[in-house]
Amino acid sequence: MFNKILIANRGEIACRIIRTAQTMNIKTVAVYSDADANSNHVIMADEAAWIGLPPSAESYLDAEAIIAAAKATGAEAIHPGFGFLSENAQFVSAVEKAGLTFIGPGAEAIQLMGDKITSKTLAEKAGVSIVPGTEGAVSDVDVAAKAAIDIGYPVMIKASAGGGGKGMRIAHDEDELREAMPQAQNEARASFGDDRVFVEKFVTSPRHIEIQILGDSHGNIVYLGERECSLQRRHQKVLEEAPSPFISDKTRAAMGKQAVELAKAVQYKSAGTVEFIVGADEDFYFLEMNTRLQVEHPVTELVYDIDLVEWMIRIAAGEKLTLKQKDITPNGWAVEVRLYAEDPSRGFLPAIGQLTRYREPETDTNTGIRIDSGVHEAGEISIYYDPMIAKVIGYGKTRDAALDRLSLGLDYYVIEGLAHNRQFLRHIIDHPAFRKGDFTTSFIADEYPHGYTPAAPEDKTALAQMRSIAVLLVASRLDRMAASGNGTVDTAFWLNDEAGASSAIWDKAANSVTIDGQVMVIAGAPDRDSRRFVGAINGADVVMQIWHHAARVEVMLGAHRLAVHVLPERVSHLQALMREKSVTGGAVEITAPMPGLMTRVMVSVGDHITAGDDVVVIEAMKMENLLKSTETGIVKEILANAGETVAADQPLIRLADKTESE
Amino acid sequence: MTSPNVTMLEQKRAAARLGGGEKRIDTQHSKGKLTARERLEILLDPNSFEEWDMFVEHRCTDFGMAEQTIPGDGVVTGYGQINGRPVFVFSQDFTVLGGSLSETHAAKIVKVMDQAMKTGIPVIGLNDSGGARIQEGVASLGGYAEVFQRNVDASGVVPQISVIMGPCAGGAVYSPAMTDFIFMVEGSSYMYVTGPDVVKTVTHEDVSHEDLGGASTHAKKSGVAHKAYANDVEALMGVRTLMSYLPQSCDDKAPEIATDDPITRKAPALDRIIPANPNQPYNMKHVISHIIDDDSFFEIHPDFAGNIITGFARMGGQSVAIIANQPMVLAGCLDINASRKAARFVRFADAFNIPLITLVDVPGFMPGTAQEYGGIIAHGAKLLFAYAEANVPKVTLITRKAYGGAYDVMSSKHLRGDVNYAWPTAEIAVMGSEGAARIIFRADSDDPEKLKQRSDDYRAKFANPFIAAKRGYIDDVIMPNNSRFRLARALNMLKGKRASRPQRKHDNLPL
Repeated sequence: MFNKILIANRGEIACRIIRTAQTMNIKTVAVYSDADANSNHVIMADEAAWIGLPPSAESYLDAEAIIAAAKATGAEAIHPGFGFLSENAQFVSAVEKAGLTFIGPGAEAIQLMGDKITSKTLAEKAGVSIVPGTEGAVSDVDVAAKAAIDIGYPVMIKASAGGGGKGMRIAHDEDELREAMPQAQNEARASFGDDRVFVEKFVTSPRHIEIQILGDSHGNIVYLGERECSLQRRHQKVLEEAPSPFISDKTRAAMGKQAVELAKAVQYKSAGTVEFIVGADEDFYFLEMNTRLQVEHPVTELVYDIDLVEWMIRIAAGEKLTLKQKDITPNGWAVEVRLYAEDPSRGFLPAIGQLTRYREPETDTNTGIRIDSGVHEAGEISIYYDPMIAKVIGYGKTRDAALDRLSLGLDYYVIEGLAHNRQFLRHIIDHPAFRKGDFTTSFIADEYPHGYTPAAPEDKTALAQMRSIAVLLVASRLDRMAASGNGTVDTAFWLNDEAGASSAIWDKAANSVTIDGQVMVIAGAPDRDSRRFVGAINGADVVMQIWHHAARVEVMLGAHRLAVHVLPERVSHLQALMREKSVTGGAVEITAPMPGLMTRVMVSVGDHITAGDDVVVIEAMKMENLLKSTETGIVKEILANAGETVAADQPLIRLADKTESE
Repeated sequence: MTSPNVTMLEQKRAAARLGGGEKRIDTQHSKGKLTARERLEILLDPNSFEEWDMFVEHRCTDFGMAEQTIPGDGVVTGYGQINGRPVFVFSQDFTVLGGSLSETHAAKIVKVMDQAMKTGIPVIGLNDSGGARIQEGVASLGGYAEVFQRNVDASGVVPQISVIMGPCAGGAVYSPAMTDFIFMVEGSSYMYVTGPDVVKTVTHEDVSHEDLGGASTHAKKSGVAHKAYANDVEALMGVRTLMSYLPQSCDDKAPEIATDDPITRKAPALDRIIPANPNQPYNMKHVISHIIDDDSFFEIHPDFAGNIITGFARMGGQSVAIIANQPMVLAGCLDINASRKAARFVRFADAFNIPLITLVDVPGFMPGTAQEYGGIIAHGAKLLFAYAEANVPKVTLITRKAYGGAYDVMSSKHLRGDVNYAWPTAEIAVMGSEGAARIIFRADSDDPEKLKQRSDDYRAKFANPFIAAKRGYIDDVIMPNNSRFRLARALNMLKGKRASRPQRKHDNLPL
C-alpha cells in the first residue's frame, strides 16, 4: 500500500478522498491555487503544495506542476478526483512515466472511452445496446423510410452537422417521416450549409441511468447497481439516487452485465461508470463511459455499504477485488442533491460570493444524512471553479425514508451570502410526481419552465407557522428594548406579507402568537446566530430559517419563503397611509450579475424590452449564462461590448428614463 | 351645565388637534406624509405624550395674519417616553401655515429644550417646515437663533436627534445640522441652504429638490444625513431603535438590553475570514456581526464614506460604538469623508459614555491631489484628535493591516487605547512590504526579482503582530474565533474606567 498520495483536485472531492486516505493511514498531499490557500482540503491534508494561479489552466490543469508537487513531497500515487485531469490519458501516461501510480484506469481505457465514436463501436462489439439508427447519412426518403421500419417508430431525424435542435424532427409513422425529412434537410442546409441527415430511434420519456462498475488489474470486474440521474438542468445533474425507482431487477441485471462486458473489453481497472439512456419500455441504450469516480458516487456507497475511493486506492496498489458479484446486493435507498451557488429564479445562473453564514446540518448515523462539502463559513465561491457548494445525501430503508431525511437535512442547511438552489431542491423532493418516481430527463424543464422562486405556502397551517415566528421575533425584540426602561410592552401587532395583512396577538407568558384568531403555541426559540428555529408549533415539529432586520423578517420553511413586515398594531393605521414613492428620474441600468466575458449582446439601441427578455450572454465558470432583463423599457445605450470582460455589478445596458419612454 | 371655560378648553383642544384642517391633512397624507401628531404616536410609547403650549398663538398682525391663528402655532411640543424613558419632542405641523417658524413657534421649541437641559433628557425634533414665517420678519429669524443657541448649549449634554420629514431650507437647516443625528425620509424630505430657484438664478444650474437636497443626496453624497428611511413610519421606528443605544445625558450610561447571545460564543468563521492574499478584500461587516450581540448593529452613515464603518451595537447587552475600516471600499483607506464621519461619531460616543470598539484594517491615508487640496491633513487630524481626546473605554482589535500614520490614528495604544488586541494575521508596519522594499532598497528598484525578494523579506519580518507586541503596543495576540469573548471581557474590566482631562476653556479641534 502507498504511504503517501497526492490529490490532484480541490473542493469537496479532494476532502472526500483525503478522508478515506486518513482511515487507511495514508498520508495526503493537497494541491492548491492562489484562490484556495485557505480552503478545507488544504487544511485537512498532511501537506499542501502550491501549484499556481486561480484559473484552472494555470493550476489544477497544470499536469507538470502537479507531478512536480508529487515528486517534491514524495507522494507515490495521484488521485485525480473528477473533472480537471481525471480523464486525461496524457496525464496518466505522464504520471506513470514519472514513476508514480495513477489512481484510476489505464491510459488506454481512458483514451478509448473518451472518444464518442470509438467508444460506441467498442460498446457495440462488446454486445452493449446501441441506439439503433442508420449507419451514416441518408438523402433518400425511401431509404430512410425503410430504415425506420427496422429501427422502429418513433424515430428522430437529425442533421449530421447538427446541434441546438436545428434540423431535428420526430416522426411517429411513415407519413410523418415523409413530411418531416425534407423539412429537416432544408433546415440543416439553412443552419449548417450541409443537408445531410440520419435517422435514429427516438427514445420516448428518456431517463438517464448509469451503472457503477469496479474492476481490478487481475481481470475481476463487478457492477454495483445503478444510479438514476434523470433530474438535470442545463445538462447538469442536480439529483441522483440509487436504486432507480424505475427499472426492474431484470433490467438492472441486463444493464449490469453489459456494463461489465464493456469494462472487460477495455481491461478496466478502477471505478468507472457506464451511462445509459432508458426509454419508457425499459429499453436501454449506451451513452458513454466515464472513466473516473462520478460526482454522485456517494449514493452507491451508501446503498452498497462500500467505499469506492478506498477500492480505487487498493486497486491502484495492485490489490485484488474481494467482492463477488453474487454478494453485491443493495440495501436501502440513497438520494443525493447538489447544492449549487446558482439562482433558480433567474434561469439557474451561477452565483458567486462569500458564504457569510454557512452551517451544515448534523451528520451522524442517526440523521441518515451524509454531506460531502469542501467549503466553510466566510469562504468564497469564486468565478474560477465549479459553483457546487456541497452534496447532501439522505439515506434510509426506503425511498420515502431517504427523501424525508434529505428534506430535513436541507431544512437545517443554512447558506447565506449568495444565491443558491436549496429551496428549489427542497421543492423537487416534495413534488408529487417525483415522489412517485415518475420523471424523465425533461422533468425540470417541464415542471419548472421559469425556474423556481420560493414563495408563500398555500397551506394555511404552514403560513400561520411562518407568520407566528416572524411576529415572535419582532415582538420579543421590541419587548427587550421596552424592558430596558420599563416601557409599555406592545402585544398587539399588524403583519403584512405576500398572503395579505393580518393582526396578531403576542402572549409572552404563554409563548404564543394568535393570528386571526388562530392560536400558535411556540416551543423553542429562534437562534439568530445559526439563523435556525428548531422547535414545535402547536406540538408539530418545525425547522425554519429566519433572517430578521428591524420590522422585517424573512422566514423560510421547506421550499417556501415569506417576507413579513411586522409593526405594533397601534401604528398600523398610519402604516396604511404610507405609499410607494415613485423614484424621480434616473435611468434604469441592467448590470452584470457576476464577473465574466460578455460574449453576445442580444438587444440593440431603441429596442423595447420587457422584464424577462434575454439581453446578453456572459461566459463565466465555463458556462454561457443567459442574462435576462430585470426591467422593462427602451434600450437607450449599450455600455459594454461583446468580447469585453465585465465586472460584477458593472452596468451593461441603460434603459431610457421611465419618463422619457412614456 | 359645563362651565364656559371648560367648553372653551374643549373647543381649543379640538382646534389644535385639527391643525390646519381636514383638507390640509388630506394633502399631507396624499404625499405619503403623516401629520405632526400622528408622527408622535409612532415615536412615543402609547399614551405617554404630555403636550405643552397647545394654546400658544402667534402675535403677528401684519399681512392679514391676525385672522390666521391656530392654537399651537404649527408645532406640537412636549414630552413622552420611548421604551419607558423620557424624551422631549417637538414636531412641526406642515398643515399649519406650512409649518413656518414664528417667534412663538420658536419659543415653544426653546421651552422644551431648556427643560431637557435642566432634566438631562434627550430632545427629538421632527422637522417639516416651509421655513421662516416671512410675515414676521426679523422676529422669526430671532426665533431660529434662539433655537440654534439651545442646540449648541445642549450639545454633548443631552442627545439631540433630528428627523427631516418635509422641507427644511435656508437658516432652518442649521438647527438639525448642530444636532447629533439627522435622519431623512426618502422622497418627501429635503434640506438645502438655498433652493433650486435661487440656484438657477445665481449659478444657472438646473437641479431638482431631490437632487439638490433629498435624502439620498445627504445620506450618500454630503453626509449631512446619517440615515435615510423609506417612509415616516420606518424613520420614526428607527429613532426608537437608535434611542435604545443612547444614555439620557452625559451623566448617564446607556441602558443595558438583555440578550440570550452568550458572550462566550465562538465564531470559528473568523479564523478564516482574512484572505490569504493581503490585497484581497473581505467584508468587515461580517467581522462585526460575529462579534456583537445578535443582530444588534445599528449602522450610522451606512451610505456615506463606506471605507469606514460606524455604528452602535451591544456586547453582552452593553451599548458600544463601533468604528471599523472597511477593506471592501477603497481598500479601507482613510480619506477626508471617512475621517470626518468617524471623528464625529467618536466624539459623540465619548460625549455620552459609550465605549469605543475599533476594528483596524487600514493601509493608510488616501493619496492624491484631490485629498491634499481638500485638506486631508486637517480632516485626518480631526479623527486623530477625536481618538486622542476620547476617555471612554477604548478597545482596539487589529485584524490585518495597520500601516503608517493610520495605525497611530486608529485608537492605537499610544493614543491611550485601553486594550489593544491583534489577530495573528495583523501586519503592523510603517507601510506595505512592497513599498517599504522599494524605499529601503532603492538600488534594486530596476530588478523586479530582487525587489520581490526584498519585499518578501520585509514581509516575513514585519507582516505580523509580534514586533508591536514585543514593545507592548499590543496587549495580546488573540485567536479570531474568540474575539467576542475577549472584547467583551475587556469592556467589562473597563466599566469603572476613570480618566480626567486637563483644565481648559475648551480644546481647539482642527475644524
